[in-house]
Amino acid sequence: MSATLLTRPGPDDAMMRRPVPVRLLVLLAGVAVLVLAAALSVAFGTRIVAWQDIVSAFTTSADGIAEAAVRQRVPRTVLAMLVGASLGVAGAVLQGLTRNPLADPMILGITPGASLAVVSGIAFFGLSTATGYIWVAIVGAALASAFVYTIGSLGRGGPTPLKLALSGAATTAAFTSLISAILLPRIDVMNVFRFWQVGGVGGASYSRIGQVLPFLVVGALLCLVCVRGLNTLALGDDLARGLGERVMVTRIVAFLGAVTLCGAATAVAGPIAFVGLVVPHVCRLLVGVDHRWLLASAGLLGAILLTVADVVGRIVARPSEIDVGIVTAIIGAPFFIYVVRRQKVRAL
Amino acid sequence: MSVGAIAAGRSRRLAKRRTVIGALVVAVIGMYAVTLMVGQTFYSPGDVARVIAGQTVPGASFTVGELRLPRATLAILTGIAFALGGATFQTMLRNPLASPDIIGISHGASAAAVFAITVLTVSGAAVSFVAIVASLATAMAIYVLSFRDGVVGTRLILIGIGIAAMLQSVVSYLLIRASTWDLQVAMRWITGSINGASWSLALPLVCAVVVLGGILLAHSRQLELLQLGDESASALGVRVERTRLVVIVAAVGLIAFATAAAGPIAFVAFLSGPIAARLVGPTGSVLVPAALVGALLVLTADLLGQFAFGTRYPVGVITGVLGAPYLVYLLIRTNRAGGSL
Amino acid sequence: MTDAHTLHTEQLSLGYGDRVVVDSLDLTIPTGRITTIVGANACGKSTLLRAMARLLAPRNGRVVLDGKDLHRLPTKEVARTLGLLPQSPIAPEGIAVADLVGRGRHPHQKVFARWSREDEAAVLSALEATGTTELADRSVDELSGGQRQRVWIAMALAQQTDLLLLDEPTTFLDVTHQIEVLDLLTDLNRQRGTTIVMVLHDLNLAARYADHLIAVAGGALHAAGSPADVLTAATVREVFGLESEVVADPTSGKPMMLPIGRYHARQVQPATATATEASG
Repeated sequence: MSATLLTRPGPDDAMMRRPVPVRLLVLLAGVAVLVLAAALSVAFGTRIVAWQDIVSAFTTSADGIAEAAVRQRVPRTVLAMLVGASLGVAGAVLQGLTRNPLADPMILGITPGASLAVVSGIAFFGLSTATGYIWVAIVGAALASAFVYTIGSLGRGGPTPLKLALSGAATTAAFTSLISAILLPRIDVMNVFRFWQVGGVGGASYSRIGQVLPFLVVGALLCLVCVRGLNTLALGDDLARGLGERVMVTRIVAFLGAVTLCGAATAVAGPIAFVGLVVPHVCRLLVGVDHRWLLASAGLLGAILLTVADVVGRIVARPSEIDVGIVTAIIGAPFFIYVVRRQKVRAL
Repeated sequence: MSVGAIAAGRSRRLAKRRTVIGALVVAVIGMYAVTLMVGQTFYSPGDVARVIAGQTVPGASFTVGELRLPRATLAILTGIAFALGGATFQTMLRNPLASPDIIGISHGASAAAVFAITVLTVSGAAVSFVAIVASLATAMAIYVLSFRDGVVGTRLILIGIGIAAMLQSVVSYLLIRASTWDLQVAMRWITGSINGASWSLALPLVCAVVVLGGILLAHSRQLELLQLGDESASALGVRVERTRLVVIVAAVGLIAFATAAAGPIAFVAFLSGPIAARLVGPTGSVLVPAALVGALLVLTADLLGQFAFGTRYPVGVITGVLGAPYLVYLLIRTNRAGGSL
Repeated sequence: MTDAHTLHTEQLSLGYGDRVVVDSLDLTIPTGRITTIVGANACGKSTLLRAMARLLAPRNGRVVLDGKDLHRLPTKEVARTLGLLPQSPIAPEGIAVADLVGRGRHPHQKVFARWSREDEAAVLSALEATGTTELADRSVDELSGGQRQRVWIAMALAQQTDLLLLDEPTTFLDVTHQIEVLDLLTDLNRQRGTTIVMVLHDLNLAARYADHLIAVAGGALHAAGSPADVLTAATVREVFGLESEVVADPTSGKPMMLPIGRYHARQVQPATATATEASG
């Protein structure tokens, strides 16, 4: 019962009903930070580029090393922002949908589902096109998460954080073994797959962005359609029904939206853990629990987080790079632990 | 119902338990014998017996004595160690899904071993040592992080899952950096394999099974009482926190030594307890039957992996593929029953 | 049974994290009687029971069993004197009733000892006393709520303690089974002289079945004594913040509390007024 309350303001969160000006201010500040992060992402990297070179890369057609680096970093930055925003929004939708503070694409088995689907695609069906990856990843993500959610909500109390997390972890374990069973005898597939498996935006290009963009737009639209419905769902299924919400329809549409976002993001950048978990929590603190504001700010913050994580990954391991998925995992896991420790035991 | 009928009911339940345990012992011995005889060349039971007795049999002395015997023995030992460790966690946390391979402890070993193989480029005993230390450290970290006015099972499980997800990312990262050769070694290691079996690998595991397994068996009654909930167990005279700590250390130790010897063979820790509980019913401790099921699982899966398919699969792939459907079934059943959590 | 055991608290303070729940409480549990603890939600009554059952270490002060600090006594020794039935105990899946009740024998068993004749006798008598002998071979999962509660009480009885603490033993039970459980506990008290301490939600049942009633408010002792002395309109007002009328229960003569809400209340009547109107 108390688990259903988690997305609503608790007694000590009375401050969470932020007035509109404050929320607007937060969003504007978010946009400003994002612009700054994007600038950093273009400027910093394995090679440090002077500001003049950045300007010249955009304004002239000069062909120096610096300009080339910058031109390569621009699509990378755009992709990081798109993927981060998608994961942030998807996380917020999933947490609202399941009324579960630990819902995250990684925990729900979405990313392992996408991985298994992609591996099977490469190994058995000769999958090799980027659009192919995206479709297969979305289908795998949808099947896996629907499966995890169904199993996690069986029995008493519905999808409690514990049941959902365990179902997700167990499914992940099962998928991981299936993946190794497919990969072990096929060294070539292993080599293709392992580069996909770590979350990264390093290989970004405008054509890749163009391939994934339609999926992200569709996913985002599906999520936006459900915003009001998610607010009603936060009150619990019975009450939502009493308020005239078509609970099943909202669930399915919102779920499809979230899965499309995660699946596409995963297909283009590999599994990126914990962004979908961390971002909505921070956003709830900043703008409150109204999903209209929550989704907007989750998109912004997700983009910021991933862009910054990508910059950090490029800087700390110079001259090499750490992929963004590792950086988010290392930032995200302590946050996950913090969220778990904060919950009352009965709510788990 | 008369006085006699109650006693009769109890002895009926105990008799079933004894029968099942007896059958499992026979099955393990039978499978052990088969593993020693079957292979590229078949050796008769007589040959095998003579090799074990120390006589020299041309061909068989090497194949059976140096290859099959350590391999089969290691299979039994890892099976026992994983099963005891897993069943202990499941009983203590009152959740069949809360086994060390789900809640992060095996992941600690994997991450450390992959690190040792790909970055430190060491092999053999050094990898094992790093894996043991890492599993103990991971378990301790999970325990400490979930401590707040005592450790609550649910919190421990969730934090373990979070840590597992993080370590998983680390493993992926290390694999992407690996050279193709190291990659295959590392993949084999994290899947779990007893291909490299030797007596020197089995020896530390024997000690671990005897000492740590003994500690667990001595605590089996306390573990049964912990199933009634911390409060009831404490009211019945169990020192809950102390028992939990001792038992965790022993179980993690077993898992660590077994992982060091064979890698985290998928799902053996996870499946042995529930399978054993289904076989013997709810009477008495599940530890002994679970250990036997574990031994049987690893022996059988290793035999299948070596000879049943065109490619030789390491044992962990077989247990993983066989275990996955059962895991799903178990998930559904546990959640539908309302779960004890 | 054996010699009478005594239980009291001295300046007991309890809390979780940095929240103080019970502050400097002095309380004596009368030996061989039934004591019920009542109070509003979150007043500390379950916390108090947990401390007396050794589940929670005191911040300050101590719980004293037979003149010794409870939290310093060996666990098994305490478990032979003091039994506890928590609010939601957990039954392992599929366990048979007789086996579950048998687990109550733990504090009396040596480390590697086998099942003894005394163990068997204790289990039989516990099953008999709770009327669960017929269920002995059944699986606990199959039982109804009332039957299950009786089985848990049987387990506590098999522990053969002279003191028995129960945390809301009647929650989740319908009224018939509530009375059945409370009657059973009274049987134990009358026939075996077991000292019983329980937290109850229902004030009227608490007053009906208690020899000694303890009202807790805000982590402190508000009143203690016979139900007639403790359960008064003034106590209800101070402990629960509720206006009420207390009349003699026509069945037992014990005090009975009738709440006065903002509706359905007649003019205040003499204490002999019938209860039906106000509670209906």
